[in-house]
Amino acid sequence: MAKTHVSTTINGDPREFLCDPADSLLDVLRGPLGLTGAKEGCGSGDCGACSVTLDGRLVCACLVLAVEAEGHEIQTIEGMATGDHLHPLQQKFLEMAALQCGICTPGVLVAAKSLLERNPDPSETEVRYWLAGNLCRCTGYDKIVRAVMETAADMREAAR
Amino acid sequence: MNEISNKWIGRNTIRPDGAEKVTGRAAYAADTNMPGMIWGKVLRSPHPHARIRGIDTSKAEALPGVKAVVTAKDFVDFPADKPVPLGIQDMRWMSRNMLAREKALFHGHPVAAVAAVDERTAAEACALIEVDYEVLPFAIEIDDAIAPDAPILHDFVQFDGKPSNIAGKLEHKLGDVDAGFAEADVVIERSFTTRPVHQGYIEPHACLVSVEPDGKTTVWSSSQGQFMVRAMTAFLTGIPQSKIRAIPAEIGGGFGGKTICYLEPVAAILARKSGKPVKMVMSREEVMRATGPTSGSKSTVKIGAKKDGTITAAQGVWYLQAGCLPGSPIRGAAGCAFAPYDIKNVHALGYDVVSNRSKVAAYRAPGAPIGAYAAECVLDEVAEAIGMDPLAFRLKNAAREGTKLAYGPVLPRIGYAETIEAAQKHPHYAVPLGKFQGRGVASGYWFNAGGESSAQVNITEDGNVVVTTGHPDIGGSRASIANITAELLGIDYNRVSVLIGDTATIGYSNLTGGSRVLFASAMVVTESTEKVIEQLKGRAAQIWGIAPDQVVWENGEARPIGEHSGNFPSMTLAELGAKANATGGPIGSGTQSNTIGAEGGFATHVVDVEVDADLGIVRVLRYTSFQDVGRAIHPAYVEGQMQGGAAQGIGWALNEEYIYDKKGRVDNPGFLDYRMPVCSDLPMLDAVMIEVPNPKHPQGIRGVGEVPLVPPLAAISNAVYRALGKRFYSLPMSPPKVLEALDMPMAAE
Ligand code: FES
Ligand code: FES
Repeated sequence: MAKTHVSTTINGDPREFLCDPADSLLDVLRGPLGLTGAKEGCGSGDCGACSVTLDGRLVCACLVLAVEAEGHEIQTIEGMATGDHLHPLQQKFLEMAALQCGICTPGVLVAAKSLLERNPDPSETEVRYWLAGNLCRCTGYDKIVRAVMETAADMREAAR
Repeated sequence: MNEISNKWIGRNTIRPDGAEKVTGRAAYAADTNMPGMIWGKVLRSPHPHARIRGIDTSKAEALPGVKAVVTAKDFVDFPADKPVPLGIQDMRWMSRNMLAREKALFHGHPVAAVAAVDERTAAEACALIEVDYEVLPFAIEIDDAIAPDAPILHDFVQFDGKPSNIAGKLEHKLGDVDAGFAEADVVIERSFTTRPVHQGYIEPHACLVSVEPDGKTTVWSSSQGQFMVRAMTAFLTGIPQSKIRAIPAEIGGGFGGKTICYLEPVAAILARKSGKPVKMVMSREEVMRATGPTSGSKSTVKIGAKKDGTITAAQGVWYLQAGCLPGSPIRGAAGCAFAPYDIKNVHALGYDVVSNRSKVAAYRAPGAPIGAYAAECVLDEVAEAIGMDPLAFRLKNAAREGTKLAYGPVLPRIGYAETIEAAQKHPHYAVPLGKFQGRGVASGYWFNAGGESSAQVNITEDGNVVVTTGHPDIGGSRASIANITAELLGIDYNRVSVLIGDTATIGYSNLTGGSRVLFASAMVVTESTEKVIEQLKGRAAQIWGIAPDQVVWENGEARPIGEHSGNFPSMTLAELGAKANATGGPIGSGTQSNTIGAEGGFATHVVDVEVDADLGIVRVLRYTSFQDVGRAIHPAYVEGQMQGGAAQGIGWALNEEYIYDKKGRVDNPGFLDYRMPVCSDLPMLDAVMIEVPNPKHPQGIRGVGEVPLVPPLAAISNAVYRALGKRFYSLPMSPPKVLEALDMPMAAE
């Protein structure tokens, strides 16, 4: 099968890759691009472990075709920290033990960041519904929800 | 027990492996690649039960890009009549689970495997393999499998002298139940069913295996034990253990389901045959069809009590699905069900039933939630019948130090009664409830485990510490090990690194399972650290020219005492580390031990639910777990275990189940249809830790990981009963069942 050439921007950098028409964005991120932070828990859009943003919109990378990335901006977990400076959500997740095995964590963090960009003061219910597409089997979500809400409060405080 | 200053023990430190896990850099099994790597895929049986008359792989082998094809013939054969145990597993069953031999035993059973240049070619080649099946009648449910005319799965399995699908029986007896029931004022007997549920780890099974031309075999995989991977790979492939190096990748959840191998031995033979590193990753559908789950069950429990609340006798019989090969957790069901209570007359029976479904794997306190579900629901009815509060009833009969349990042991100091008392006093227990709302309680017990562990503690030349243990860290155990090491050495937590060794770099360590990891690894880390402290004191004594017993180790420093007190300035770990070579060489020590003294764990849960009478949805309003955790070394991760277990229990009670179609195939092999609790399904999950230290452990540690899944099924059932005034005797209490019970038509679409 002939490969398709795709030019895109990933975490702010221009990137190019060749892919099969049937490859998902997750396949190329994890494969040729070597960005294995997004995980494949299901490949069917049901677990959120592969969460990334496409032009700022939260998507499951397993449901996006790689060719659809042409000309768009992708943000992945690898782009969340600035240098050796963790994003406040990353730091809070560590401080509040909001991860156990950690396989859901990249997806949860990407999704939570996208929530706080839209809604800096979410209620518990808003956090729970926003994260309803990110399965976590370890934590029961309690510490995840608390960490997101505390980060939101800290970021609001810092922005004042 | 050690004296504990609690500078680091009990602190919510940041886990040593944290930064990698929040930046996406941590390498899980599917994240590892090698140059020249090819891909393995498994061909699975399309029939739930079929004799394999022959397999023709020639067309697959001829497909361009295919590098190797394997069937059961390429692996060690374990005759069905000769047991080959490895821990609680048997290689006869593990080999047949990995690849079908005489028969395909469930829909999705691996029959052959292919390695090819890419995944698509491997899948295409699988489709070209021709298997000659003689399709056989099948049995999925327990009742079908034990019916007189049931299709028999294995000729070699006999029960009562006849071929049978009952593959085993286990019995615990204490006192005389008939006499006990005769003394009772109230006797209640009920029957229950539960459905198989999957462990539900988000990371599918995955591995990468490379075999060098000299036979050296390296395995990267996600498992609950690199030494288990080495042993099973060796058994099943015939490669000696000394040639296999099993490297533990970070693991994305296991809950018991990764205590056995599915892929690694297959990838090893594919790699050997092809001469290339082979990577295999299961799809979610493969995980759901062919790994885990835990047993479905049917059971009957009978409990008798006097009007004053004394339980006089308890009897239970559990039938547990083993899946297609023997080995269901009947010990957990029959052994744990009545263990929270001091009952003089107990009879518990378990039967292991094979049928044409995937072989069960351990799931968090295997069997115990199934046992407790039946026992704790009947207890609730008995309490109601004699007019006692359900917590007061449990407290009156609570097992305590000195209680003899039906499965054998006499309990040491435990904190079970404390969990009930804490629940009674907690504000949760007094909150008023409204219409269609109900509060349920239940307790639970899990054995916990010790066993083999190894640790190495080394002092670096710049006076910092590297600790290596042999257990995959699934939930933050590295942080707890660092807390303990920092505490013992009297140094800052951040000076301790904790690593998980592979099978070539650390001594044998048993599985991450049985709630044993922190119990056992803390023991060997403590012993190693104490030996290191002795060395440090000796080095200081040597430098000062005094006797080692004239030196103490305090706050991270060696200090002279007695007649030499004050004669020399204290020496820090950094100073002693820098002088190590001049004083006798590297400083460090290891311990390898078979740890004992893991005492059981107890918990009591309180839950409030609300039933949506229109939709049949049961919503959890509030959940509080009370658990005797021994000592919480890292409280946030202990709470995390309690919360995660409660969430899994909520899923099991309310929604999760395997659904089979008429052809014996799993009908819901994905997260959309096998619906585990999502964030918006749950409330906050409160965790109350009660610390009654284990007297047999240096830090007082008890296992904490599994008990949390034992009480929820019954606690939620008891709550739903109080909300509706109607009892369910089968799980899950999913919307269609609830609506049916409410005798209401399904809500109009
Ligand atoms: S892998 Fe994309 S949603 Fe699960
Ligand atoms: S931390 Fe394991 S799945 Fe979320």
